[in-house]
Amino acid sequence: MADETLDPMVQFLTPEGNFAPSESAEAFLPYFQRLTEADHRKFYRDMVVIRRFDTEATNLQRQGQLALWVPSHGQEGAQVGSAHAAKPQDHIFPAYREHAVGMIRGIDVLEIIRVLRGLTHGGWDPTNPAHKNFHIYTLVIGSQALHATGYGMGINFDGATNTGNLDTDQAVMVYFGDGATSQGDVSEAFVFAASYQTPQVFFIQNNHWAISVPVSVQARVPLYKRGEGFGIPGVQVDGNDVFASYAVTAKQLDDARSGKGPSLIEAHTYRIGAHTSSDDPTKYRTDAELDSWIARDPIARMEAFLRNSGAPQSFFDGVHEEAADFASDIRRRTVTLENPEPASMFTNVYTDPHPVVEEQAAWLAAYEASFDEQGGGH
Amino acid sequence: MVIENLPLGKAINLGLRQALLNDPKVLLMGEDIGTLGGVFRVTEGLKAEFGANRVLDTPLAESGIVGSAIGLAMRGYRPVIEIQFNGFVYPAFDQITSQLAKLTNRHEGAMQFPVVIRIPYGGHIGAVEHHQESNEAYFLHTAGLRVVSPSNPHDAYWMIQEAVQSNDPVIFFEPMSRYWPKADVDTSASGFPLHATRVVRQGTDATLVGHGAMVSVLLQAADVAAQEGMSLEVIDLRSLSPIDYAPVLESVRKTGRCVIAQEAPGNVSLASEVAATITEKCFYSLEAPVLRVTGFDTPFPPAKLEAIYLPDSDRVLDAVDRVLSY
Ligand SMILES: Cc1ncc(C[n+]2csc(CCOP(=O)(O)OP(=O)(O)O)c2C)c(N)n1
Ligand SMILES: [Mg+2]
Repeated sequence: MADETLDPMVQFLTPEGNFAPSESAEAFLPYFQRLTEADHRKFYRDMVVIRRFDTEATNLQRQGQLALWVPSHGQEGAQVGSAHAAKPQDHIFPAYREHAVGMIRGIDVLEIIRVLRGLTHGGWDPTNPAHKNFHIYTLVIGSQALHATGYGMGINFDGATNTGNLDTDQAVMVYFGDGATSQGDVSEAFVFAASYQTPQVFFIQNNHWAISVPVSVQARVPLYKRGEGFGIPGVQVDGNDVFASYAVTAKQLDDARSGKGPSLIEAHTYRIGAHTSSDDPTKYRTDAELDSWIARDPIARMEAFLRNSGAPQSFFDGVHEEAADFASDIRRRTVTLENPEPASMFTNVYTDPHPVVEEQAAWLAAYEASFDEQGGGH
Repeated sequence: MVIENLPLGKAINLGLRQALLNDPKVLLMGEDIGTLGGVFRVTEGLKAEFGANRVLDTPLAESGIVGSAIGLAMRGYRPVIEIQFNGFVYPAFDQITSQLAKLTNRHEGAMQFPVVIRIPYGGHIGAVEHHQESNEAYFLHTAGLRVVSPSNPHDAYWMIQEAVQSNDPVIFFEPMSRYWPKADVDTSASGFPLHATRVVRQGTDATLVGHGAMVSVLLQAADVAAQEGMSLEVIDLRSLSPIDYAPVLESVRKTGRCVIAQEAPGNVSLASEVAATITEKCFYSLEAPVLRVTGFDTPFPPAKLEAIYLPDSDRVLDAVDRVLSY
C-alpha cells in the first residue's frame, strides 16, 4: 500500500542479500559506512540468537511453562538494527514485542519470560545502569508513546541534549505497531512532541497486522507520512534489512539529539508467527502473503551478505551453537523460576505506608496461616 | 425450544445473531470481531452472515469505537460494541462516562443512545496484566448507564438481546471464565426481565449475593455448606445497575445474615453499595453485620497469584462462618 515509487523505502540489502543501496539510502550511507565487519557479524548473531530465544519461548508456552508468548519472529531486522543505532544514554520505550531491543540494551531476557509466565507485571528495572534505559513493556496499545514524549520534554528542560556532543546528548525512541497508530494517545504524542520539539524518534514496526486487522484499516496513507500534518517528518525503511534499520535510526537519533526535533520511522516488516500464542493467523491471512515475506527474511538476507563477503562456515556454526546454548540456558532457568510470595501483591501498590493495604496483607497472612494450623479449610 | 449444552460465549453469539436478524439497525463494532470472530470467537460467523457493514472490524481505537457508535446511535443505529478485554476500555472513558451516559439528559430526552458495550471481565483465565480486571464499579458509579452481567448461558442469550432492545446505554459484562462451561438455553422464553435479580438456590441460614462468575463459586460454597448442615440461599444479581433489591431484601429478612462476594476490589464497590442498602433496609432483621468477600485493594496480581487474590468458596465459607457466629 505504501506509494514506494514516490518516496522509495531505504534499503541497503536486497532480499537476496546483495549490497545495492536505494537512492533514498544515500543520506544514510555514512552511518552504514562506519560499521565494521565485526558489527555486521554482531548484527547477524543477535538476530539468530533472539530468533532461537523466541522459538524456545514459544515451545515453553506450548508446554505450559508460560501464560502467553508474544513472538518476534520476522521482526529481527527492524529491532536489531534500530537497537544498535541507539546510544547508551538514550531512553527506549518498547511496546511488548521488542525482545531483541531489550537483549541489546542489556536486560536478561529471562525477565521478559517472567512477565509472560505470570510472575510480575514489570520484569526489569530501567534505572539499573546495566539495562541502558530500556523501559518496561506496555501492553495497553499506544500509551507508551506519550510517556516517551514526556521523557523527551524532560531531557529538553534539563538541557541534556543539543549541546553539540553526540556522545552524551540524549534522545528517546519509542516503539509501537501499525495498529497502535490509530490510538488517540499516539496522535497526542505527535502533537506534544512537535509542540515541545522533543529529541525523539517514533519507530513504527509496520508488521502489516494488528492481530487480525490489516494495516489498510488503520491507514489509507502510508504510515511514514502520518506525522507530516503534525510537523513530524517521516522516513520509510525496509525493516527486514538490518543495515537500513540501523543507518536510518542512527541518523534520526543523532538529528534528534542535535536539536532537530522529533521524527518518525516506518519499518516495513512482517510478523511471521502468530500475534501471540493464543492466536491462529490462518483465520485471517493467506499462505501466499506469508510466503512472500518469508522470502524477505532478515536473517537469510544477512547470511547471504556475510557469505558473499567471505564469512567462513565456522562463523555460522559458532553463532548457531551460541544461540542453542542461549536457548537451553533460558529453558533451564525458566522451569526453575519460583512463584512470587502472596505478600508481594501488597508491595509497591503505594510508595508510602498505606493502612488499608497493610490491613489486607495482614488479614491474608493470618488467613493462609489458619490453613496450615487446621490442615485445610472446609 | 431448548438448546442443550451451549457454552455462554456461544449463547451470546446466538443472541447477537437474533438481534441482527430482528432489527436491521443493529450493528456490531470492535477490534478483531469480524474476520476472526473476536479473540473469544463470540462473534464468529456473524460477519460472513451479515456482511462487513453490519459487523465492523474497526481501527484499533476504543475512544474512536465508542465515540463513533454514539454518532451512529444519533443516526438511528443500535451499535453493539465489543471491548477486547476489560483493561482496554479506559481509552474510551470520556466517550462512555461524559458522553454516552449523559447525552440523553443533555438533549432533554430528544435523543436516545441505545448502545451496548460488551466487556469480557474477571479472573481465572491466567492472563497477563489488563486482561482480568473486574472494573464494573467505574460504570456503576456513572448515572445514565445500565450495567448487567449474566452468569449462565440461558441468561446470556436473553440478556444480550434485551440489552440491544434497551433504549438506554447498557454495559454488558461477560464473565470470561464462564465462556466455556455449558448449560441448556431455552430460546422460547427468557423467564426474567433484564433488570431482575434471581434467587438461584433456596436456603434459610444465610444469604449469599453475587454476579457473573462468582455465582458458580457461591453455589459451590452452598453445596459444601449443605454437607455440613447449613442451608444457604444464593442470589444472582444479574443487573448491577439498577439493582432489583426486592428479592435480596426479602431473602435477608428471612435469613438474617448476608455475605456479598465479588472478584472486584472491595473499596467503593458493588458489594459496598449492596451491603449499605441491606443494612439500611433490613436493620431489624439482621443477626450479624453484612460481610463482603472481595478482591484485595491492590492491582490485579500476576497470573500466578490470581488464585490467592480471587475469592474462592473457602473464603466465602470463612465469611459465612463469621456471620453465623453472631
Ligand atoms: C488499548 C488496547 N486495546 C486493545 C488491545 C488488545 N491488543 C493487543 S495487541 C493488539 C494489536 C496491536 O497491533 P499493532 O499495534 O500493530 O502491534 P503488533 O501486535 O502487530 O506488534 C490489540 C488489539 C490492547 N492491548 N490495548
Ligand atoms: Mg502490527
